[in-house]
Amino acid sequence: MDNLVYNYIKENQAEILVKWMDRMKEKADERLIKQVSDHMFTRTSNEFIDMIVTNVERNHDEFIAKLSDFAEKVVRLGWPLTFVSEGLREFNWLVFEGMKEDGLITPENQMDIVYDFDKWSTPMSNEIVHIYSQTWERTVSLQKIALQELSAPLIPVLEKITVMPLVGTIDTERAKQIMENLLTGVVKHRSEVVLIDITGVPVVDTMVAHHIIQAAEAVRLVGAKCMLCGIRPEIAQTIVNLGINLNEIITKNSLRKGIEAALEITNRKIVEVEE
Amino acid sequence: MEFQSCVKIINEWDIVAARQLGRNVAKELGFGSVDQARITTAISELARNIYLYAGQGKVCIEKVYEGNKAGLKIIATDEGPGIQDIRKVMEDGYTTSGGLGAGLPGVKRLMDEFDIDSVPGKGTDIKATKWLR
Repeated sequence: MDNLVYNYIKENQAEILVKWMDRMKEKADERLIKQVSDHMFTRTSNEFIDMIVTNVERNHDEFIAKLSDFAEKVVRLGWPLTFVSEGLREFNWLVFEGMKEDGLITPENQMDIVYDFDKWSTPMSNEIVHIYSQTWERTVSLQKIALQELSAPLIPVLEKITVMPLVGTIDTERAKQIMENLLTGVVKHRSEVVLIDITGVPVVDTMVAHHIIQAAEAVRLVGAKCMLCGIRPEIAQTIVNLGINLNEIITKNSLRKGIEAALEITNRKIVEVEE
Repeated sequence: MEFQSCVKIINEWDIVAARQLGRNVAKELGFGSVDQARITTAISELARNIYLYAGQGKVCIEKVYEGNKAGLKIIATDEGPGIQDIRKVMEDGYTTSGGLGAGLPGVKRLMDEFDIDSVPGKGTDIKATKWLR
């Protein structure tokens, strides 16, 4: 990087920061302003400019470290990527304008400076996009894992009786897991009755019903009974409207009724102890 | 007053987004919980059909007014392979994907009005309306 530009940024860092913050505040949309307090905005802006200056100083490793810290923070704050890349562009613009005003840029060296500038700022913006998307990707993949962990739990509540409570949307991936967990669980826990509770499933369409029917059929093949619990009244009506035949499966409206019925099937019942 | 918003269906999670949109609009219009469930299920079926058979398309939700009644209209459009025999797909139990074959006839029963328009090789256009009672 040309020493001319470097010196200019170094000397005028404070001034550039003030101007930059003014301009960015104009550009920031309402959402951003609401989310971020003035104090926070100033601090983060300071950090951003500081980071750019680190890069100017050609300290690449330190820049990357600072940038990833910054990206993480900004992602957490919910600053859009466009805002950050716009910020970088605005910074370049301010430096360029300032240098022109100071007469540091002349018609002779203008092209050289433009090239220099580009050489310096393109890798930086690429880096920003890269780290930004990496941070997002990591967040998404972590959430995916978290989601998978809760996707199809199997709980052996009583001897011979197992419950699988389902919460949330069932997609193809999850339907596969439900089937797998159900079958391995039935064998492992030596269950005779498996209860699938769908209280937390928002929509039961033909695909979900199809998967449940298949799962119940597979459970029957490994020698256990499958019971469907937690069918809310509105879900019952849509199932009837859709014309889905659930005759092969025992259904109960609540998990409690289901467990009572399961105990009955396994020749047991709950009795109150007399004092 | 016209009101329409759309969701593009490209992957499986877009089905959930379409459903969510439908549920919100149904709530705004004042549909009860049973009708909300019917509407979201119908959207789910139509959006899944797009995802399964056409690959991509879109689902639009519209508030409709006729005289003094209000309703919700689902418009599902795609440029997929189209349907060869519409009469057949409206029969219960007919399926080409190994499913239950209750999707389209089910949607017809879930909603008040149902209209299907499909040209093989061009795409499919389905409109379904539920009126607020």
